[in-house]
Amino acid sequence: MSDLIIEAKGITKALGSGAREVHALRGVELSLRRGELTLLMGPSGSGKTTLLLILGCMLTPSSGTVTVCGKSTSNADKERLAKIRRDHVGFVFQSYHLFPTLSAAQNVQLALDIRHEHGRSARKRAREALDQVGLMQKVNTRPGELSGGEQQRVAIARAIVANPSAVLADEPTSSLDGDNGRTVMRLLADAAHKRGQAVLVVTHDPRIVPFADRILHIEDGLLVDRPAGEAEVLRLPKPAPFAPLAAAGKES
Amino acid sequence: MSLTLTLAARNLFHDLLRFVATMVGIVFSVVLVMVQMGLFLGFGHMVTTMVDHASTDLWIVPKGAKCFEDPSLLDLKLRNKVATLDGVAAVVPLVIGFSDWRLDSGEMTPVFIVGADLRDGALEPWNVTDGDVQALSQGYSVAVDRSYFGRLGVTGIGSTAEIRGKKVRVVALTEGIRSFTTTPYVFVDLKNARTLTGTPGDRANDLLVRLNPNADRDKVMQAIRAQIGDAELLTTAKFRSRSRSFWLFGTGAGAALFAGALLGVIVGTVIVAQTLYSSTKDHLNEFATLRAMGSSNRYIYNVIIYQALINAVIGFTVASGIGALVVQMTAKSALPIVITSWLVAALAVLTIVMCVISALGAIFRIVRIDPAKVFMR
Repeated sequence: MSDLIIEAKGITKALGSGAREVHALRGVELSLRRGELTLLMGPSGSGKTTLLLILGCMLTPSSGTVTVCGKSTSNADKERLAKIRRDHVGFVFQSYHLFPTLSAAQNVQLALDIRHEHGRSARKRAREALDQVGLMQKVNTRPGELSGGEQQRVAIARAIVANPSAVLADEPTSSLDGDNGRTVMRLLADAAHKRGQAVLVVTHDPRIVPFADRILHIEDGLLVDRPAGEAEVLRLPKPAPFAPLAAAGKES
Repeated sequence: MSLTLTLAARNLFHDLLRFVATMVGIVFSVVLVMVQMGLFLGFGHMVTTMVDHASTDLWIVPKGAKCFEDPSLLDLKLRNKVATLDGVAAVVPLVIGFSDWRLDSGEMTPVFIVGADLRDGALEPWNVTDGDVQALSQGYSVAVDRSYFGRLGVTGIGSTAEIRGKKVRVVALTEGIRSFTTTPYVFVDLKNARTLTGTPGDRANDLLVRLNPNADRDKVMQAIRAQIGDAELLTTAKFRSRSRSFWLFGTGAGAALFAGALLGVIVGTVIVAQTLYSSTKDHLNEFATLRAMGSSNRYIYNVIIYQALINAVIGFTVASGIGALVVQMTAKSALPIVITSWLVAALAVLTIVMCVISALGAIFRIVRIDPAKVFMR
């Protein structure tokens, strides 16, 4: 199987129309490979989220092509795009987006349920995924009773439980304190290095740079691709240690 | 089992207040429809109670007679013409009509006289709890229903009153023979019926025709029609349906009941649609998350449809309990509500359809959902 999981070629995206038209992406070329954790960094409004949405088959580009595990998303309707996401992509969201009325295990199981995997095997896999993120003792706990870090770990378990080829994470550490941020990044790094998934993390949190295999820097819709540790990274603000969030109340 | 049912149930029970509001809507709607249709059926049974209890195969009625209570008269000569036909076992005249019942106190109340020849047994009082029906042939004797004791000033067997200047005596009591017109039925012998209604001796309101067991029904009917001129020959089923049509639809009573039922369905649908829609709106973020995770639209529709079905099942169960109570409470009333197994089955289907239709608004909202919404901070 090819190591190339997601490939984007010549991606442009225009938002708005007429005098208000904004070019969010201007000819982005990008490949995400198996076993690699890639950071997508850049200032607000640089096009990070737009690119993530296009790579995650939730937004169609104005021009250019995206292939996910060899499947082109061009001209695909919404259901087809949903199927590509279902078959190949797991998501981790900044705000976790767990289902408050379901237990942690059921939240994870949901990712299998939408893939028509039900019953005992699904429950077993969900528990295993929670075990991998260190939450075996919280399987029956509802999200409201979990800390922010624990909720994000449940979200990661949900993203990886169906073994997708790619995991796309949107600012997964921005609401977390230092320890939790590190734990979450370690889990995402494990997804890439131990499970062989292509992991893309959109962030403007410089503290997670050490976890990256590759850093993409986007600015004004244009992408700069440099290996981690090389010049491009060095130009980034120096990573500060994870510190507890000022809004610590968010954690509980 | 899929988690869709779990998710649907949790979405519903998560907001108890809204769930209770939904239940109130469904229960109100189903009970309203149940009562209206139960009244419709009850009314339908009541208007044909005499036709249902007549022991006859065919009815000869005046032309255009719309119901049992029609006061038009037939020439009694028809009886002899029909009685001689092959296949006819008996032709029994029936005399009916409104009259006035004068209490011993002098108070008057209208009554509906039903008179048939008691020897023929074609239409005699049923559910007799006291007295003797055969005693109706002695003097001016009558049989009345216990439920009209108050109206008629009757205390039991032996009570007396006056009809058209004749002193009548109660010799038999029945239970449950109630009139939908609220005018009490008074059973009498045929001869007395003529006197008490003022019907001439050579006239009758209807002729009840009994056939021989081996008679060819169609052939006999053809032969009777050839003999009765303008009068109409009807089977019991036909006369029953004609009577029901007249009272239920000719008078607008049935239409009013149906309109009430329709109103119930509309109110129920609107309430359930509103609560389901607002529940869906509250959970849009979760549905968008599901969509972002790659769930099909069908998966999300299933969650909403399950919500509708859970509403329907719980709502219908509660409504059925209330319906059973209402049936019990009205069993001895002037117009008992009749709920048949068919009506229950139809209401169950109606409730489900109503709830599923109510889910359409929520589904249309979901169709427009943008999975990218979950990335908005």
